[in-house]
Amino acid sequence: MIFEGLAEKLQNTFHKLKGKGKVNEKDVNDAMREVKMALLEADVNFKVVKDFVNKVKARAIGAEVLESLTPGQQIIKIVNEELTELMGSTQSKIAFSSKPPTVIMLVGLQGAGKTTTCGKLAKLIKKQAKRPLLIAADIYRPAAIKQLQVVGGQVDVPVFTMGDKQNPVNIAKAGLEHAINHGNDVVIIDTAGRLHIDDELMGELQSVKESIKPHEILLVVDSMTGQDAVNVAEHFNEKLGIDGVILTKLDGDTRGGAALSVRAVTNKPIKFAALGEKLDDIEVFHPDRMASRILGMGDVLSLIEKAQENFDAKKAKELENKIKSQSFTFEDFLDQLQQMKNMGPISQLLEMIPGAGKQLKGLEVDEKELVYIQAIIQSMTKKERQNPSILNGSRRKRIAAGSGTSVQQVNRLIKQFEQTRKMMKQFTDMEKGMKKGGKFKLPFGNRF
Amino acid sequence: MLKKLFDKFKNENEEKDQKIEDVENNKQAEASASTEENEANIFKRLKEGLSKTTQGITVKIEDLIKSYQKVDEELLEELEEVLITADIGVQTTMEIIDHIRDKAKAEKIKEPEMIKVILKDKLKEILGEFEDDQQLNIQPSPAIILVVGVNGVGKTTSIGKIAHKLKGQNKKVLLAAADTFRAAAVEQLKIWGDRVGVEVISHQEGADPAAVIFDAIQAAKARKVDVLICDTAGRLHNKKNLMNELGKISKIVEREYANATRDVLLVLDATTGQNAIQQAKIFKEATNISGLVLTKLDGTAKGGVIIGISQELKIPVKLIGVGEGVADLQEFDSNSFVNALFGEE
Repeated sequence: MIFEGLAEKLQNTFHKLKGKGKVNEKDVNDAMREVKMALLEADVNFKVVKDFVNKVKARAIGAEVLESLTPGQQIIKIVNEELTELMGSTQSKIAFSSKPPTVIMLVGLQGAGKTTTCGKLAKLIKKQAKRPLLIAADIYRPAAIKQLQVVGGQVDVPVFTMGDKQNPVNIAKAGLEHAINHGNDVVIIDTAGRLHIDDELMGELQSVKESIKPHEILLVVDSMTGQDAVNVAEHFNEKLGIDGVILTKLDGDTRGGAALSVRAVTNKPIKFAALGEKLDDIEVFHPDRMASRILGMGDVLSLIEKAQENFDAKKAKELENKIKSQSFTFEDFLDQLQQMKNMGPISQLLEMIPGAGKQLKGLEVDEKELVYIQAIIQSMTKKERQNPSILNGSRRKRIAAGSGTSVQQVNRLIKQFEQTRKMMKQFTDMEKGMKKGGKFKLPFGNRF
Repeated sequence: MLKKLFDKFKNENEEKDQKIEDVENNKQAEASASTEENEANIFKRLKEGLSKTTQGITVKIEDLIKSYQKVDEELLEELEEVLITADIGVQTTMEIIDHIRDKAKAEKIKEPEMIKVILKDKLKEILGEFEDDQQLNIQPSPAIILVVGVNGVGKTTSIGKIAHKLKGQNKKVLLAAADTFRAAAVEQLKIWGDRVGVEVISHQEGADPAAVIFDAIQAAKARKVDVLICDTAGRLHNKKNLMNELGKISKIVEREYANATRDVLLVLDATTGQNAIQQAKIFKEATNISGLVLTKLDGTAKGGVIIGISQELKIPVKLIGVGEGVADLQEFDSNSFVNALFGEE
């Protein structure tokens, strides 16, 4: 779970702080030491941490906090603000050139995930009604070109190659030519992974840059990178002048401090986050949301957006009404399961729910379970689906036999269904509260 | 008749023995010269590969020590910073610093120069705990090496290099392309197979990796292969299903190749931060890791996380990658690693 360990630590720290009616300088220092340790454990670069802590400390020891009635909360607010600031306050997208094709070049260390990300990016851009072309300029790694071709085939985007005997500059030039002649309005160049201190190979990238003048040079960074992220980002930025960063492998359990480090030393935005093995698993990076995610405040906005993208709007409206009127049935549940499947793995969705980070830690959602659930619901009669309260023992037995499951499994599902109903109600209440007060009251809000 | 022949044979043999001895003496002299050269070469490569790494940690420590007149808290705090920036991790760093503080106090050490010695000894102690296990576990033949790790750490490349190394030791090597998931991973391994001159057993992309391993084991038995090296798909350790798949592969190996000597290598990227500890922990639970391969040490990353891993999980580092060349995957020696880290011979 992204940043989850870090969030937990910070939450504990703040919890201690929150109980205090009055804080003195020592309290602040103690809390800051915890913040420092938490960030270091999360692989945020040492220097970045130091700067960050000093900044927060300076503000926290100032009058605004010590004289405040809720000093603990003030400090949390400052940490949050500074963290958001550090992550960059606005999200940024790819700037498409007014004179196509827009040229995007992906660079980075070996194994950061450039080739896979090329495919994901191509797919994402294709969704925006563009016609991307992939250019295979990694002539060094065995089968890298083949990999890009396969990935390109999977997302149905053409791949331009000239084999591994040409130099990358020529390939890039010819690829661009090809794009112009074939009406491709976006070009994505996959380059070979290289060490930031390899002058020869960095020089090669500079020549590619010179010859085709990319609109966007994106540095692909493995989110598990440690302290060295700073050196890598610094070197690539110095040599090439990068325009942004793509953070990969965020679906791991890394705390992802590299995100903060890279951002702090380059001052360039993190534009995309890749979080999964499927070619759909890339999203626009939302720095503000990421900052609140670090602090364990969940990622409600991402969740809603994801739902919007994949849910049938009309059905969603119907569902909303049903939830409000509490006439939510097993049929709707089944329907919803189908739609949820389109949204991606359940575990990923759970991570975005505020507070879920802590409560659902260690909870494993088995995707296969969904198949059973589906079978069970489909073994119910229409009447049963609409009115679960009539499900007595013998009906349950029949359903179990019909779906090839056990009565226990059926019981569990019915219980879960009831719980879901309750949870849904909570969500609608939350929404009402949001509209009324204009303030989003989080269910765990009192933990701080 | 027989006896005559035998005598003749004996005489001849005695003569031969004499000759062989002379030749051997010469050879030995030559050989010892060349191993010396070889060793020097290896050390040079290691040092060169680590030179960027070294610059980081040694220069910093040297500067630090020079700028202090005596050992005090401030010095220790700055040392702490150096260690943390080497990815050694907060907890391990604290333990090391505590050790230095205690030792300095107990032995009334005042000279900052001595700190370096204590630190070096401590690092050697942590890394050197498993000196006996630092060799690849491939004796007796047949042996099977399973190579696992998260995405993009350099599994396939490392396998190519290990195959090259073993081939140089006159072993018959076979590769199994069980990364059936990533696009073109099979081709990548095949290219390595061609380069090094070893055969590769593969299926279609998307095939069941356990089936590939099964076939490869049968092939290894039939061809009387010394070492079978299995590539696997990169997987993030928090993906339960993928980790279960590794369990299944282990079972196949156990069932089909019970007599084989086994080694399970976890490949770690030196640029990885504290997450590497988590990786090692969970991979160990899934497949019983018996050794680590630390790659990409030729960058500026210090790979300090292996110190944390050695300390916490007690898994020996077996190989380290210090460059792109085929010969740049070396056996790990904790002494020379720490020495090279400090820029000494």
